[in-house]
Amino acid sequence: MAAIELRGLSKVYPGGVRALDALDLVIPDGEFFALLGPSGCGKTTLLRTIAGLESATGGSVLIGGRDVTGTQPGGRDVAMVFQDYALFPHMDVTDNIAYPLRIKKVAKGARRAKAAEVAARLGLDHLMDRRPGQLSGGQQQRVALARVMATQAQAYLFDEPLSNLDARLRLEARTFLKKLQRELGVTTVFVTHDQAEALAMADRMAVMEAGHIRQIGTPAEVFQRPANTFVAGFIGSTPMNLLDGSVRGDTLEVAGCKLPVPAAAEGRVSDGDTIVYGVRPEYMTYSAEPAEGALSGKVAIVENLGASHLVTLDVAGVNVQAVVPEGGEPAVGDEGHAVPRRDRALVYRDGALV
Amino acid sequence: MAQAISPPEAPKETRTGRYSSDAAGLGKARAGVFVAPALLLVAAFLVFPALWVLYLGLTNYRLTGAAAAEPEFVGLGNLLGAVADPAFWNSTWLTVQFVLGSAVIGQVGLGFTIAWLLRDRRGPLKRLVEGLVILAWILPGAIVSFLWVALLDRDGGTLNALLGLPGFAWLLDHPMLSIIVFNTWRGTAFSMMLYGAALSNVPPSHLESARLAGASSWQQLRDVVFPHIRGHILTNLLLISLWTFNDFTPFLLTAGGPDGKSEVLAVHVYKVALQSGELGHGAAVSTIILLINLVVAVFYLRLLRSRR
Repeated sequence: MAAIELRGLSKVYPGGVRALDALDLVIPDGEFFALLGPSGCGKTTLLRTIAGLESATGGSVLIGGRDVTGTQPGGRDVAMVFQDYALFPHMDVTDNIAYPLRIKKVAKGARRAKAAEVAARLGLDHLMDRRPGQLSGGQQQRVALARVMATQAQAYLFDEPLSNLDARLRLEARTFLKKLQRELGVTTVFVTHDQAEALAMADRMAVMEAGHIRQIGTPAEVFQRPANTFVAGFIGSTPMNLLDGSVRGDTLEVAGCKLPVPAAAEGRVSDGDTIVYGVRPEYMTYSAEPAEGALSGKVAIVENLGASHLVTLDVAGVNVQAVVPEGGEPAVGDEGHAVPRRDRALVYRDGALV
Repeated sequence: MAQAISPPEAPKETRTGRYSSDAAGLGKARAGVFVAPALLLVAAFLVFPALWVLYLGLTNYRLTGAAAAEPEFVGLGNLLGAVADPAFWNSTWLTVQFVLGSAVIGQVGLGFTIAWLLRDRRGPLKRLVEGLVILAWILPGAIVSFLWVALLDRDGGTLNALLGLPGFAWLLDHPMLSIIVFNTWRGTAFSMMLYGAALSNVPPSHLESARLAGASSWQQLRDVVFPHIRGHILTNLLLISLWTFNDFTPFLLTAGGPDGKSEVLAVHVYKVALQSGELGHGAAVSTIILLINLVVAVFYLRLLRSRR
């Protein structure tokens, strides 16, 4: 078990595509760390560079304090779960789990015992003689996990571990993975493009865009205080309202409405600044009556989210969304007023959080 | 937070899937009409000649003379005569050497090696190597034989000039080695292309998984690549073995000589049937070749069917 440290890590593909641009990152021992970003942002390249499957063109990778930048994947003492699980179709479950031990020349009896032990822990003990083709997607994923656990590597790397599962199984696997990682306490880095997955599972996460890390923090930090408008727009199951506005004296003018300066930005903006006002739909209080400091407009769309509704207001031609608890939802065409929570609203200037 | 959850999916059909026996909806009669032209061609040019050879092998049919006009039925005489002939066993042994040396070791080994080494490469080197290998394959046999005669010639040969060995008679002193190397050079392209295609089907994540476990190149080949392309290897071996077994091109290089030292079975049949004129005898040897081919094919097909 070990910390992972990246120093100025760069990866430039032949042809000039800069997949990673001088990244610095420290993942402490035992942490469950998520790499999140849209496709093409470099998150998988980063994971593969840590694994040694891609060679870095600049900077260094340290695992457990040891510089492994030039080390072959097999010498890095990391284990990886691939997106397609990469189970060998001609081997049964036992042989698949024990494969890394076989390469390390562990005696047959010992490696079978280890495979059985790990498999029992993951509830695979009745499947040991099956081939991967005879397993369901969820079982295959657990075999891949078992293979990783059997290695006793210093760090685990998961490449989109849940993306091949159907929606219900994914939720189960999410809880299961988080619990397992807690129990094992092995430093684990996982890649995902699903912000809900990253928020739910990770101890800390990095949000990436175009080869850069845009924000590093705990899920709560990243959700509540996105460091820039990119992260603000990417995180959250309903997208954050990002509204153009400007500072007028000690209030903000956003979409034709007067709003108080949010608590976090108080004293840090000056008259005349051009800003982007950010507030999550979940942090809006909706009412049918006019209110102080509200974004007011006509209800354009009401979407049912189950226990709540997502109401879209047309505020002077700008769409503003608010989440309304069930029972209080308005009808389309009503006049509506949404008051942002002052302690949750954010102000961005030049794309960065104020 | 509300989460969208789709209902659990109904169990999917197995990936192999079960197709109806009449997927196109043609019905037996119309489907038969579509297949008939191909079956007729196969019958006329493959089945009939094969049966004809079986019949001829039982007669004393000759190229010339009285037996050419009215062949007589001699039963198994030709077969027994062929089996008793030491020249036949010599040819069989040479053919086994030829197949093992040029097809199994030469073409398959070299073809796979080239495909493996070039698998991740792009650019001019790959195109050059592939171009040269394929060129050897697509040139007509008469031309490449002439080129090789010129290459291996005792006095003015290119190889002797390069090696500084004037007067070394490759085709006379090492006839089998010559035709084995020649046939390897000539036929590697097929195996190379087949393995090239097969290797591109090996999932990269499986190789990477093995690399992360610390597997060496040989272990990656053994544990990931070979199991994945087992079917390709067997199909390739089947085709290459049969083609090489029946290959007549060595005749163009050595004419079976000197003194029968490179007289593989195909050349042996030619000599018996057409040079000596004993068509019945030749047909009997052909029958044996046919049987050997059948045994080889059944052996490989059995292996293929036992996969997984």
